[in-house]
Amino acid sequence: MQIKILGSGCKKCLTLADNTRLALEQQGLQAEMEKVTDFAQIAAFGVMSTPALVIDGKVVSVGKVLSSEEIARLLPTTS
Amino acid sequence: MEVFKWLNDQLLRMDWLAQLVRMLLEDGFGIDTAGRLGGSLHFFIYDVIKIFILLGVLIYSISWVQSYFPPERTRRILGGMSGFRAKVAAALLGTLTPFCSCSSIPLFIGFTSAGLPLGVTFAFLISSPLVDLASVILLASIFNWSIAIAYVLIGLVLAVIGGSLIGRAQMEQYVADFVRHSPVLDLPQTQMSRRERAQFSWQQVADIFNRVWMYVLIGVGIGAAIHNWIPEQWIQALLGQDNWWSVPLATLVGVPMYADIFGTLPIAEALVAQGVGLGTALAFMMAVTALSLPALILLKQVVRAPLLALFFSIVTFGIVLIGYLFNAFAYLFI
Repeated sequence: MQIKILGSGCKKCLTLADNTRLALEQQGLQAEMEKVTDFAQIAAFGVMSTPALVIDGKVVSVGKVLSSEEIARLLPTTS
Repeated sequence: MEVFKWLNDQLLRMDWLAQLVRMLLEDGFGIDTAGRLGGSLHFFIYDVIKIFILLGVLIYSISWVQSYFPPERTRRILGGMSGFRAKVAAALLGTLTPFCSCSSIPLFIGFTSAGLPLGVTFAFLISSPLVDLASVILLASIFNWSIAIAYVLIGLVLAVIGGSLIGRAQMEQYVADFVRHSPVLDLPQTQMSRRERAQFSWQQVADIFNRVWMYVLIGVGIGAAIHNWIPEQWIQALLGQDNWWSVPLATLVGVPMYADIFGTLPIAEALVAQGVGLGTALAFMMAVTALSLPALILLKQVVRAPLLALFFSIVTFGIVLIGYLFNAFAYLFI
């Protein structure tokens, strides 16, 4: 699984990254995490409000600092 | 009318708090608040507490309203309009959409890639840091209602005219290429529940508090210094009403600075108390909040120099003009 956090590096993005890491840990999932701070790349996802969360190339949330529980619900369930 | 005045004095200006702090300082610590040190202390403690209380209550209620207008919805509303009406709507929505400087660029990209005209986008970008609902109430608290309303109207007019001029200039070619080629993402809009709105509003309060508390302390500190430590003649000589250059000077000093309106208001308040023209103080405030070096550096990544320079000069020129107008007509407001 590939996870991207989109955001210009402000505090909200860091919190979202932390919560995502926590959610992965709780679910016992492995994922490649990447922070995207470049505007051109963020724009390439069509995202307007940051921070945004991208799982496997799909934008699942914009403009929200999700809690780890909310993120867990968005993660693909373990097969 | 009496009731209204009482509510205004106690709830907005918090006269009770001024009294309380005075009593605490005088009776509790034996500090004379009429003196220099005591006066500064009083201004500092009273203003900091007042601004923090207002900030908390205001941000919470305003965030509630804002939760109905996420940027995606704003974009959809604006996309369905055109011409002058779209610019007015953009300026108005700029006061409502939740917005922090770190999200202004994605917003710019999102609006432009969806085909919104530059004029509309810039009307939004000018109005959103300059005029927000919180600033209105704070202005009313520190000065009075007529100044607050005049400030908002004039801020909106600046946004609409600035946006229209930029739209006229046909500078689409100066927008970075990747911006126009960005995809438009429209996530299915989920209706927020009451609980989510409350949660969102709380988070906004916490975020904004974390972001601005230092600016407030610094701003009130400078305000307290202006109030009691910097001789009035100096300030008069530099920014007094008789000097024609006081407004441009205040604007130029304010432009590179970056601070929130919450931090700048106490400075404006102290300046006015020292006899600086209302227009001069407001020009300073608008310059600090609307333009800043960090914001320009960010914008530079998505628009090229000519468009950036146009945006910059229109807003600067507008602020100076507003400063002169307020100075000329200040007698109507105070």
